[in-house]
Amino acid sequence: MAKRAAPEVNAGSMADIAFLLLIFFLVTTTIETDSGISRRLPPIDDTIDPPEIRQKNIFIVLINKDDQLLVEEKLMDIKDLRVAAIEFLDNGGGVGEEACTYCQGAKDPNSSDNPDKAIISLQNDRATSYKMYISVQNELVAAYNELRNRESQRLYGQEYLLMEKNLADATWRGDKDKLKEQVDNLKAMYPQKLSEAEPKKTN
Amino acid sequence: MAKFNKKSGGALPQISTASLPDIVFMLLFFFMVVTVMRQNTLMIENKLPTANQLEKLEKKDLVIYIYAGKPSQRYQAQFGTEARIQLNDKFADVKDIQAFILSERETKREELIPYLTTALKVDSETNMGLISDIKQELRKIDALKINYTTREGEVSKNF
Repeated sequence: MAKRAAPEVNAGSMADIAFLLLIFFLVTTTIETDSGISRRLPPIDDTIDPPEIRQKNIFIVLINKDDQLLVEEKLMDIKDLRVAAIEFLDNGGGVGEEACTYCQGAKDPNSSDNPDKAIISLQNDRATSYKMYISVQNELVAAYNELRNRESQRLYGQEYLLMEKNLADATWRGDKDKLKEQVDNLKAMYPQKLSEAEPKKTN
Repeated sequence: MAKFNKKSGGALPQISTASLPDIVFMLLFFFMVVTVMRQNTLMIENKLPTANQLEKLEKKDLVIYIYAGKPSQRYQAQFGTEARIQLNDKFADVKDIQAFILSERETKREELIPYLTTALKVDSETNMGLISDIKQELRKIDALKINYTTREGEVSKNF
C-alpha cells in the first residue's frame, strides 16, 4: 500500500475562532478589586459606665451632613487631618509613669499623654457621604501607619508596611516569629484606638 | 530603467495575515488569565471610593460580600433612586442581613467561621446612614471583621 500524506488542515478559520473566544472573555472580564480598609467593629456589650477618659486624651473628629470636617472644634480641610492626628498621637505630654519615651511631639500638656491613652473619636451624620467617611478613615489609618513606620525605621531599619506584608505572605522566607514580635511591638507602641460613635440624625 | 518598473503595474501587494491568529491568541490568553468570573450580577451603581492605606483580602473563600448603592438605571423605575443593599442577586432590606450572614456561614466549615470577613462594596455617593445600619446588623450577629473595599488611589480623587 502506498502511504498517502495526510491532507493539510485548513487553518484559515483559526483566527475567527480565536476572535470569538477573545470577544467572549473581553466582555465577561471584570477586574475585581479585593483590597480595602480593614476594621473591626466593637462587640455589643451593655457596660453601663464607660471608663473615665480625660478630655485631653480624646481627639474628636466630626463630619457633618455637608461633608465638612470639624476637628477638635475647629473647621479643617481633609488634607490637614493626617498631620493633626499625628501631632495629637505623638504628643506625649504625660509625666512620670505616663511619659512616652519614644514620642517626638510637642509635649503639650493640653494634648494626649501617650499614644496608648490617645483615642480618636470619629462621629458622622447619617447624611454624610460614604466617600468622605472613607477619606477620613484613610487619613486616620495613614497617621497610625506613618508613626509606626517611623518607629520601625528607627528600631529595625525596615518599612512597617513591608513587615506587615511579609508577615501575611506565606511564601516569605525568614524568621516569622521574630517578625511577628517586632510588628506586635510596633502595634503596642501606637495602638489603633479609633472609636466610632453611632451616627446622630440631624435635619 | 526597466529594472525598477517591475511592480508598477499591479495593485498594492497583499499584507500577510498569517500572524493574525498568533496575535489574537496572545490577547485571548491574557484575558483568559485575568478574568475572574463575577459571582453576582450588580443591580446597583458601584463606583468605589479610593484610598491608599489598603490591606489585601487574602482568602477569597472567607469573604462575604455586601453591596450597596443606588439602583442602576434600568432598575430605577422599579426600585427608585434611594440607595439600597444588594445581597447575592437580589435587592434586600437591612433586616435581611442577619439571615444572609447566617446562611453564608452555614456553607463554610465551622472552624473557619471566626475568620470570615465581610467586605462592604459601597458606592461612594451613598449616605452613611445606610452603612451604619449595616454595621449595626453585623454587630448584632457578631460578624465583626469588616473591610471597606476601595480602589487604590489618592484620597483627593474622591472629590
